[in-house]
Amino acid sequence: MNRQAVDAFASGLDSEVRQAIEAGTARVIENRSHTLAEDYSDLDGLRQLAGQVRQHALDHLDRYLPQAERRLRDNGVQVHYAPSADRALEIITGLVRASGTRVVTKSKSMASEELDLARRLADIGVEALETDLGEFVIQLDDDHPSHIVAPIIHKTRRNVADSFAKHGLGDFDDDPEVITRRARRFMRDKFLAAGVTITGANFISAESGRVAIVTNEGNARFGLAGADIHIALAGIEKVIARDRDLPLLLSLLVRSATGQRISSYVELVSGPRSASQPSGPREMHVVFLDSNRSRIVGGQTREILRCIRCGACMNTCPVYRQSSGHAYRGVYPGPVGTVLGPLLKGEDGFGELADLARASTLCGACGDVCPVNIPLPDLIARVRARSHREGTVSGDAGIPSMGGYSLIARHPGLWRLAMRFGRVLNWLPLRQLPLGVSRAWFTSRTLPRWRGGYFRRWLRSRKEGQDA
Amino acid sequence: MLTPDRNPIQGRNVQLMISCLCDAFFDDAAKAAVEILQQAGCQVTVPSDQTCCGQAAYTAGDWETCRQVMRHTAKVFAGPDPVVVASGSCAAALFHEAPIAFEGESDLPVMQDLARRTWELTDFLRNALGVDQWAGSLAARAVIHHGCHTRGTATREAVRTLCAGIQGLEILDVPDADQCCGFGGVFSVSHPYISTEMGRKKVTDVLSVKPDIVISADMSCLMHQQGIAGRLGSEYPIRHIAQVLRDASMGGLE
Repeated sequence: MNRQAVDAFASGLDSEVRQAIEAGTARVIENRSHTLAEDYSDLDGLRQLAGQVRQHALDHLDRYLPQAERRLRDNGVQVHYAPSADRALEIITGLVRASGTRVVTKSKSMASEELDLARRLADIGVEALETDLGEFVIQLDDDHPSHIVAPIIHKTRRNVADSFAKHGLGDFDDDPEVITRRARRFMRDKFLAAGVTITGANFISAESGRVAIVTNEGNARFGLAGADIHIALAGIEKVIARDRDLPLLLSLLVRSATGQRISSYVELVSGPRSASQPSGPREMHVVFLDSNRSRIVGGQTREILRCIRCGACMNTCPVYRQSSGHAYRGVYPGPVGTVLGPLLKGEDGFGELADLARASTLCGACGDVCPVNIPLPDLIARVRARSHREGTVSGDAGIPSMGGYSLIARHPGLWRLAMRFGRVLNWLPLRQLPLGVSRAWFTSRTLPRWRGGYFRRWLRSRKEGQDA
Repeated sequence: MLTPDRNPIQGRNVQLMISCLCDAFFDDAAKAAVEILQQAGCQVTVPSDQTCCGQAAYTAGDWETCRQVMRHTAKVFAGPDPVVVASGSCAAALFHEAPIAFEGESDLPVMQDLARRTWELTDFLRNALGVDQWAGSLAARAVIHHGCHTRGTATREAVRTLCAGIQGLEILDVPDADQCCGFGGVFSVSHPYISTEMGRKKVTDVLSVKPDIVISADMSCLMHQQGIAGRLGSEYPIRHIAQVLRDASMGGLE
């Protein structure tokens, strides 16, 4: 069977992993829909508004990005542009080296995953500690996140307790509170020792230069409190026009991500420590990462950049839940990843991940839950069309050619013949045919009896009856 | 799914698109579609040159082929009369997907015109003809399966409303009713494992409430579900909504 890579991965997935994902996503789906239904009478209206707010900023990024840069500089922030992930790495490793620190604390950032930042800092002899609990476990296990909000959704608490025991963080104990206390104790000294802290940015306001950072564990705040230098890494699409867009976007982000009404912490950072502030970083840098984002702006898939990384699309996606985030072979899994994954690879790398857009029934559940109203099924179809046009190997694997269908469907005489002669299918051992497509269908499904031609004959006889 | 603003209905002439699956497998559903439209007072034309809406090629990403097939469909269903489709997903292919696949093409206006004339069958009955009660009776415990291509369209409410008016028809609630059954056109053969797992979950959820029939405005979903159930050795009686409406009318006459 010439099937696609995501399907092959899913079929080999450990059942314990699948159950962990099923349980984790089910919980969030329920919390999300409960909170949203209770709080908003016109959720679709809000989703559309939030989509417009995001799209407005993206459609005018040529104005808002330089404006954000000016405001950030006015606030005493040093601004860097990184056209590529490699350049962003150079900038960040340069800053870390210059600081002389050996320890860096990191809070959760998907952009930093694009850089594989923690590992690259380790390469230059710097301990870059992931301080989000889930990411910390990922780091202990030398694993990769499988979800953008819940990075260890594929693990059980027993798995986590095992990892802690293995890495000298106490004897096996899978009580979540014990696990959390142990992580806290371990991290505390690191927070105090770190000279640099690296965060992501959920939004950056072009109006004020404020950087919004959302966490539930307070780890970004603790990082800021302990470090001398703050580096915020953000995709260029994180810029929003105005501060007053934040209440809407934060309200939808947090409710969609976890079903909470507000996350435990929302930082609004407007620059390095001022003269009147007793503590906080004395230096702040914002690194804007492009990495093929500017190619998406203004194009046919431009809406994908609205994404505010809530993870609702993957929670709701039956394909994601069957296959796990790791099936998507990159930083962004689930429906958003099927579009963003190949596009962020750029012109040359598109084909490597083009098959991800095949991993969807186009059922539209993702589009329905997206808080910024991204038309995900349409974008997935567009990526498929590009993949077909460019003839990507990964995207075409297991996809039957449309040649014969096209011929018959454009010639009604042939079509009517095919309808009649299709009845031979009723006599063929279809399950045994050595055709990939046939086996892919018939191994697990039957087909109803072919009855082509009957309706048309009925219609004719009825018409003749009426005419007579 | 975005439904375009449709042209107002003038007269009672309609063109019926039966869908390729009804053409090949489900002739009785196609017959029932003709009969209920006539019962609702329509003059029904069924163009014999109709083939397929082109959705298979759209989802496969082969938009050149998709446009060729859709052009043929637009030619067959030319003229001012509404196009009523006995399938939610084929209707959506014409009113939602065609305008996307034809961006930048010189005949985009032709497809936009087709989009404004295209209706899923129950949406047409309910919202174009204003049928809010379907007289008839049918003693059955039924599950309604809403095909994913009817998300965000008026079809879901129309199917529910029409079924609600039928005496003796009991509609059962199913767990995770909104979840896709895993068909997805080419997806079912490019991702057979995931598709099958999704299909088995759907079939198990539906059979858990022991329905007499499973009703949908889309035979494609029902064909997939029945195919999955068939390999598992389970009976899975499927009915197109048109068959339910027709049978209910006949039951009402008795």
